[in-house]
This record gives sequence, structure tokens and C-alpha cells, in this order.
Amino acid sequence: MQETNSGGAVTVAPYGPLSVSDRLAKKALRNFKERVIELLLLGAACVSVLTTVGIIWVLVSESVNFFGTVSIWSFLTDTMWTPLFAEPRYGILPLLAGTLTTSVVALLVAIPLGTTIAIYLSEFARPTVREVVKPFLELLGGIPTIVYGYFALMVVIPLLQLIMPELSGFNMLGAGIVMGIAIIPYVSSLAEDAMRAVPMSMREGSYAMGATRLQTAFRVVFPAALSGILSAYILGISRAVGETMIVAVAAGMQPNFTVNPLEPAQTISAYIVQVALGDLPHGSIGYQSIFAAGLSLMLMTLALNLVGHVVRRRFREAY
Amino acid sequence: MVSVATMRMSEQAAADTAAQAGAASGEARNPNSSDMAARNAGGVPVKASVENFSFYYGDFKALKSISMPVHEKRVTALIGPSGCGKSTLLRTFNRMHDLYPGNRYEGTIRLHPDNTNLLDPAVDPIEVRMRIGMVFQKPNPFPKSIYENVAYGLRIRGERNRSVIDDSVREALRGAALWSEVEHRLHDPATALSGGQQQRLCIARCLATQPEVLLFDEPTSALDPIATASIEELIHELRDKVTILIVTHNMQQAARVSDYTAYMYLGELMEFGETNQIFVNPRRKETEDYITGRFG
Repeated sequence: MQETNSGGAVTVAPYGPLSVSDRLAKKALRNFKERVIELLLLGAACVSVLTTVGIIWVLVSESVNFFGTVSIWSFLTDTMWTPLFAEPRYGILPLLAGTLTTSVVALLVAIPLGTTIAIYLSEFARPTVREVVKPFLELLGGIPTIVYGYFALMVVIPLLQLIMPELSGFNMLGAGIVMGIAIIPYVSSLAEDAMRAVPMSMREGSYAMGATRLQTAFRVVFPAALSGILSAYILGISRAVGETMIVAVAAGMQPNFTVNPLEPAQTISAYIVQVALGDLPHGSIGYQSIFAAGLSLMLMTLALNLVGHVVRRRFREAY
Repeated sequence: MVSVATMRMSEQAAADTAAQAGAASGEARNPNSSDMAARNAGGVPVKASVENFSFYYGDFKALKSISMPVHEKRVTALIGPSGCGKSTLLRTFNRMHDLYPGNRYEGTIRLHPDNTNLLDPAVDPIEVRMRIGMVFQKPNPFPKSIYENVAYGLRIRGERNRSVIDDSVREALRGAALWSEVEHRLHDPATALSGGQQQRLCIARCLATQPEVLLFDEPTSALDPIATASIEELIHELRDKVTILIVTHNMQQAARVSDYTAYMYLGELMEFGETNQIFVNPRRKETEDYITGRFG
């Protein structure tokens, strides 16, 4: 009666002629399905979290054993890293110095070049040029780092020796330069994305003031994209700090407490490779040292990621 | 039959327009006598004259043989339905179309008193933009401080003298009725300002370099009524200092702020005249239909 009143004709229930209990059953089924899908999605998200937790657990638990023998103080302040000696010493500083020196050399190559490439591709290159250059950059990023390592050893270091004849066959300079080349694609592609995300209206505003392309790129687009560009740099730093094979092959394998890039040295990651390859017996204190080294490395990258997070928030531009 | 009639009508329109433009500038559309065109029957000098101007996006003819004067230190409004080419015409004045490939100009736009043809390929678009400022639809302050936004034009022109820049920034912000609101926070980021303030900042940015012509491309379409009122008031004040061209969708706005109005439709200039005449006594039925809201 009410239905006929409202529309002038008999209205049909949207779900067809189902009784109330049937409709409830359908709703329960729908809720169940949604729940299952949600759980699957949660499970997928948990894989990454659990992996991280697992890694931290292994690093911390093995490091605790290590620090039971070696004090944290001597680990952090001793300037010798000699796990293979009869009287082993475990000071992380030489490995840290090697890591930082190679990273700084790499960044001195990757940041200027990567930024220049990004500005060129985003603001100056014609679309046809961009379509040719970008795949090559991506290719550069896809080359296995072991290949880069031998490229450093066989090509770059001999070339450097032409300029500096007294340069050793293994050194941080050559390894760092090649590592920088390997990082360029990460820096340039993220920085380019950041600059291309700057709205056209902002560029037009600059051109309308009579600015040239160069002025627009450096005075407007670059600062507008600064947050994204800094994230690109920080990703580059993280990659440099964690990079393993290039330095393992080309920087030499002796822990050396120096920041002189012309000397050979070992980085944290290269030391881990060396031990993992079997120079030290499993379960020995020397073997456990790689977990302490790994923990230091992880803390460094974690700190970098936090810095990156803060930087992104600090420099984000709302446009 | 209908299409033939329409064609005849548009030919007629072109002829009318030409006659009006000629009458308004007191001279036939002969490019050789542009300095004559710079004078005007009504005594208002002409700042720029558009002569037989057509514009192509690739193969598409977006503007068809437009001729009209832009009077000095007056406000000229460009009105018409979406897609009629009014923004395209506006963006021609500062050669904005040069930024994108495939665009082509035909005809001339002469800037007086020096008779420079703005569209001449030999004329550097950067020099054109140095003389003609533009305010956009959406406020687009740069990611810099309020001060640096206004100083931008001077800096790219190579000005380094701190006190000259200080003075120009202050004058420009006063001219844009923004000084009292930002006086004490000149070094805050410009993005912290409200939409209306940002738009006035963009106007100040243009004023700092003392342009001869200011182009406004629907400057209030992203603003609330109060901010809109303040921008309109500002345009009214600026009229004494600079020649203004404004594109607007808002008929009342055109009636309120402009001295001259050009009604455009499908890439053609349908009618140009004093705003009073256009709104009170339009010559063409199409203009009347658009203005009264029966169409468009």
C-alpha cells in the first residue's frame, strides 16, 4: 500500500524478491570476502616488515655475542681492524673511514653529474633526445655492480695511473669514481621526476617575467623541486654507503685508517663479503664481527633515511 | 543553406570589425601608417594595435584575422564563451605561445610608441616579456620569500643594487595593495599567503619591473568574492599607470573594470567598442545574446 502510494506503481526492491534473511546472508558473505581480501593485503604488507624485523633480530643477537667479547668502546674507538691476526683487534674506524671516503668520492661524481643530467632532461632536452638518453641511463642502472668493479680495476684505475704514476693498483679514488657513475641513474631519474612534477604554470610565470630557460631552470624549477632533489641525493648516499662489489673488487681489501682516496682501503660492506666468503671459521668471534659491522652499516642507512624523511618534510613545496 | 547564411554573417562580421577597428584608431588597417594608428578619434592614444592577426595551433586556426586597438592606460576586456580564443589572443601579447612547438602567428601586433611588431621572429620574445607583464588564472608565486618573488624580475634583469631592489619591492607591493599586509614578514615564504594575497603578490611581481602593458588571464577565477573585489579594485587603480588587457568569464567583472570590451566567438572578433556601448547598446545580436546570458 505504501509502495503504491509513493511511486504510483509497485516499486521493486533493488535486490529482487529476496526475504530479509537472504539479504542478511548475502551481506555476511560480502563481509567475509572483504575480510579475506583485507587479510591478504595485510599479509603482503607484513612480508617487508617481518623481513626487516628478522634482519634486525639476527644482527642484534649475533652482535650481542660479539660485544660480549669485545667492548663497544674499543669497537668504536680502536683504530685497528685486524680480525685475522694472532691478537685480533676490532676497531670499526678503519672500515668506517673506507666507507665514508669511497662514498664521498662517489657522491662528488654522482651529485653534480646526476643533477646536471636531470636539469638537462627535464628543462632543456627535446622529447626525442630524452627518449634516447633515458633508456641509456636506465641501462647504466641495470649493469651488475661486479661489472662496474672490474671496469674500475681494468679501465679507470689504469687511466688514473697515467696521471698519477705512483697510484696503487687498488685505491678508493678509482672505486669511488666508478661507484659514482653507477649511482648517477638513481640520482638523475629521481631528481628529474621531481623537476617534471613542478607545474607548468610556475615555469610560465617565470618566462612571463622575461626569464631565460636557464634562469627559469635554476631560479624557479630547481628550488621548487628541492625536496625531491634532496631525496634523490639521500637515496644516492644510501646506495654509496651500502655499495659492496665495486669497492670489494677495486678498493683493495686491507682495512686502512685513512681518508686519503689515493690509498687502498676496505669498507664495511667489503669486509662482510670477505668474511662471508670463508676466511674465518663459523661461530668464531671474527665471524661474529660481521654482524657488528652489518649493524653499524644498517644504523648508518637508517640514520640517512630519517634525515631524508625530515628533509622531505622540511623542503616540501605546496603547489 | 544555413551554413551559407552563417558564412555570410561571419564575413559581414569581419567587415564590421575591420570598419570599427579602423574607425576607432582613426586610420585604415594599413601597417605602414601605424604611427597614424597610434592616434585615436576619441583622443585616447593607442598602446598596441592588433592588425589582421591569425593564430594557428598546428593546423588548427584558432584566431581568424583579428584587428583591434588596445588603448593606452585603459582597461580592455576580452569576453566570450570558452574556446573562443580570448586567452589565446591574450597570450600572444607576451609571446607565451613560443614556449610550445607547432604554434604559428600571422599578421602583426604593434606596440607603440616604437611600432615594434611583437610577432616579428626577429624580435626577441624575452624583450617582449620584459615590456609586457602577465598575471595568470591561478596564482603562481615562486617557491621563494615574498620579497624574492617581487625582486625576481629585477634580479633576472641583472639588478644587484640592494637599495634599488628594496625600493622597487616596496613600491610594487604598495602598488599591489599588499604592503601593509606583508610589511613585517617580507621574508616568509610566498606560499604561506592566502589565494587573494598570492594573486596580488603576482601583480606586485609584474609591477616591480614597470611593464608598459599588463595582461590578466581570468585573474579572479580561483578566488573568493572578497579577494575578487580587492583584485578588481586594484585593476581599477592600476589603470592610471599601465595599459591593461583582461580576459574574463565574468560579464559583470568586464562591465565593472573595463573601458573597452572585445566580444569574441569561435576565434573571431565579433564586436569591439567602449564597454558602455557593448553592454548597453551592442551593435550585434550575438553580442547581446551573450551578454544577456541567452547564449554561451
